[in-house]
Amino acid sequence: MTMSESLLEVKALKVHFPVNVGLFARPTEFVRAVDDVSFTIAPGETVGLVGESGCGKTTLGRAVIRLIEPTGGQILFDGMDLVPLKGAALRAQRRKFQMIFQDPFASLNPRAKVENIIGEALDIHRLVLNATARRQRVESLLQDVGLEAAHAQRYPHEFSGGQRQRIGIARALAVQPKLIVCDEPVSALDVSVQAQIVNLLRDLQQEHGMAYLFVAHDLAVVRHISRRILVMYLGRIVESGEARSVCQSPRHPYTQALISAVPVVDPKLKRRRMVLAGDVPSPIHPPAGCPFHPRCPVAEARCKTEVPALREVESGHWVSCHLAK
Amino acid sequence: MLSNFGFFKTSLQPVSANRLAAAGAIILIAFGLLALAAPMLTRMHLLHAPDQQDEQGLDTDGLPHPAGGAYLFGTDHLGRDVLSRVIYGARVSLSVGIAAMLTATVIGVAVGLLAGFYGGKLDLVLMRFTEMNMTVPAILLAIAFAGLLDISGRTIHLHPAWLPWHFLEFTLKRGAVSVFLIVGFVCWPGMVRVIRAQVLALKEREFVLAARSLGASDSRIILRSILPNLLPTVIVLAVMSTANTILLEAGLGYLGIGVPPPAPTWGSMISEGQPYFITYPHLVIVPGLAIVLTVLAFNLLGQGLQEIVDPKQRR
Repeated sequence: MTMSESLLEVKALKVHFPVNVGLFARPTEFVRAVDDVSFTIAPGETVGLVGESGCGKTTLGRAVIRLIEPTGGQILFDGMDLVPLKGAALRAQRRKFQMIFQDPFASLNPRAKVENIIGEALDIHRLVLNATARRQRVESLLQDVGLEAAHAQRYPHEFSGGQRQRIGIARALAVQPKLIVCDEPVSALDVSVQAQIVNLLRDLQQEHGMAYLFVAHDLAVVRHISRRILVMYLGRIVESGEARSVCQSPRHPYTQALISAVPVVDPKLKRRRMVLAGDVPSPIHPPAGCPFHPRCPVAEARCKTEVPALREVESGHWVSCHLAK
Repeated sequence: MLSNFGFFKTSLQPVSANRLAAAGAIILIAFGLLALAAPMLTRMHLLHAPDQQDEQGLDTDGLPHPAGGAYLFGTDHLGRDVLSRVIYGARVSLSVGIAAMLTATVIGVAVGLLAGFYGGKLDLVLMRFTEMNMTVPAILLAIAFAGLLDISGRTIHLHPAWLPWHFLEFTLKRGAVSVFLIVGFVCWPGMVRVIRAQVLALKEREFVLAARSLGASDSRIILRSILPNLLPTVIVLAVMSTANTILLEAGLGYLGIGVPPPAPTWGSMISEGQPYFITYPHLVIVPGLAIVLTVLAFNLLGQGLQEIVDPKQRR
C-alpha cells in the first residue's frame, strides 16, 4: 500500500498524561497511554485494534479523531495533518470522522429526543435546509440502522441497549463520515445483540464505503469484521498484519497468548492454553527494553535492554519482537 | 435514576405523590393566590387596604385591637389591619424573594458552569472569588450594599469614568428592585459549588464527548448537552435558595433597609411591632409566622423535589 492510498496515516503518535498536577510543581511523571504508534487505514478498510484493558486502545482511538489532545506525532487524514488544527477549523473537519461509543446508555443525551440527537449532527454542519428535510433525513437514517421512523419522537431511555447502539450508529452516519472509530461498540451488549450490531456495521460499510477503526478486547469479534488487525500492549503496537495472518500465525508471544484465550466452540478440541504470568506493568514506568519482557515466556537477556523495532516478518505482517521469525 | 426523570414530559404527579413537596406546594400556592388576589379582595371590601388607618382601627383609648375581634389578626399601632398588611406583605416578600432567587440562580449557574466546564485557571479564579464571597456573612454584605443606596437614589456607573458611555449608567433608588438585586448578588455563592460539581461529572459523560466529536462548539455543548441535564439540580437549588432570599429580605426589612415604607413587608412589620411586643404580641407573631411558614414551605418543596430527582437521597 502506498502513502497516497491511505485515508488515515498516523505517524509516531504519542499521548502522555501528567500524573502529578499541582499548582506550582511541574508534572514530572507521565502515563504513556499511547507511545510512538504508527499505522495507516485505507479508504473503506476495517482495521481492528485489540489489547487488554488499560493498554491504551481507547485513548488511541480517541486521540486519532482529536477527542484527546495528542502529545506528539502526526495524524494525516486525507493528507491533512489534524494535530495542529484548533477551534472552528478542527470542528469543520470533524464531519469526516465519527465515533461509536462503548456504552450506549451513556452516549446518548438523556434529555434529548432521538430526532434531536441525530439531527444535531445535521444542524452543526448545516446539512439540511429546513425542518422537514431534517425530519426526513433523521427518519431515513433510523431506517438505515434498522429502527422505525416513529422512534424519532422518543427519548433514549425508552430503548434497549441494542436499539440505543443503533441510534448511536445513526448519529455517526448522519454526517457521512469517511472513517468511524468504533470504541468497543458491542462489549456492553448481550451476545445475541452483538452479532446483529457487528453485521449492521458491515452492511453499512458495504453500502456507504467508510473505513472503520474497530477497537475491542474481544479478538473473536475483531477477527470477524476486520481486514487487518493491530495488537496493542502498554501503549505500543506489538504486531500488525492481515487478520487471517495475525490470527492463524501470530508471531508475537503476546498475540499468541491473546489468541489462545479466545474460546472455541468445539469442546473436544484440545488446545494449548498459554497463560501469562503477572500483571501489566505500570505505564508510568514501563520496563526497559521490550515492554513485554517481564511477562514473556521466551524472553532473553537482550529483551531486557534493547527495545525491539517493528519489522516485517512476512509481506504486510509486522512484529516488534527480537525473537519472532 | 436521574436519566429516567424528564422534568417536562412527566406531569406534576411525582410532586403530589411526595408528601414533603406536596405540603410545601400547598402552602405556597395558598400564599401566592392570596397575595395575587389581595387588591381584588380590597376592591370587593373583603380586605382593608394595607395603609388604611381606620376610624375603628384603634379603640377609644387610642390603642390597637388585639387579634380575634372585629379584626382577625388585630390592628397595629396606627390602626392598620394586620391581616391585610401580612397579605400585602406577601406580595412584596414573595416577589422580591423570587426575583432575588432568579438573580442568584443566573449568576450562580453561570459561574458554576464556566468554572466546571473550562476548569484550569478560570476555575481557580472563579472558585476563589466565590469562596471570598462566602466568607462574608450574606446579611453583612447586603447591609453594605444597601448602605450605598438611599431613598433619593444614586446613579451607578457601569463604565470607566473616562468613557462617556451613558447607556451604562442607571439610577437605583431603594425599593423593591434594589432589594432583590442586593439579595440576589449576595445569595449566589452557595449554588456555585453544587453546580460546578455537577458540571464536572456531566462533561465527562460520553454524550458530551459525542457532541464534541460531531463538531459542536463549546456554547452548543453547554446549551444543548449540559444545561438540560443540569436543570433538575438547578430547580432544586433555586427552590431551596428562595427560602434564603426571603429570609434575607425580611432581615433587611427588619433592619429598616429593605423596601421602604409605607409598603408593608414582613420584616418591617416585626420591627414596627417590636416596642409593643409585651402587650400586643400579635404585631410580631403574625408576620413572624408568615415568614416561618413561607421559608418552611420552600424548604419542604425543595427537599421533596430533591427526593424526586434523586431517589437515592431519600432518608
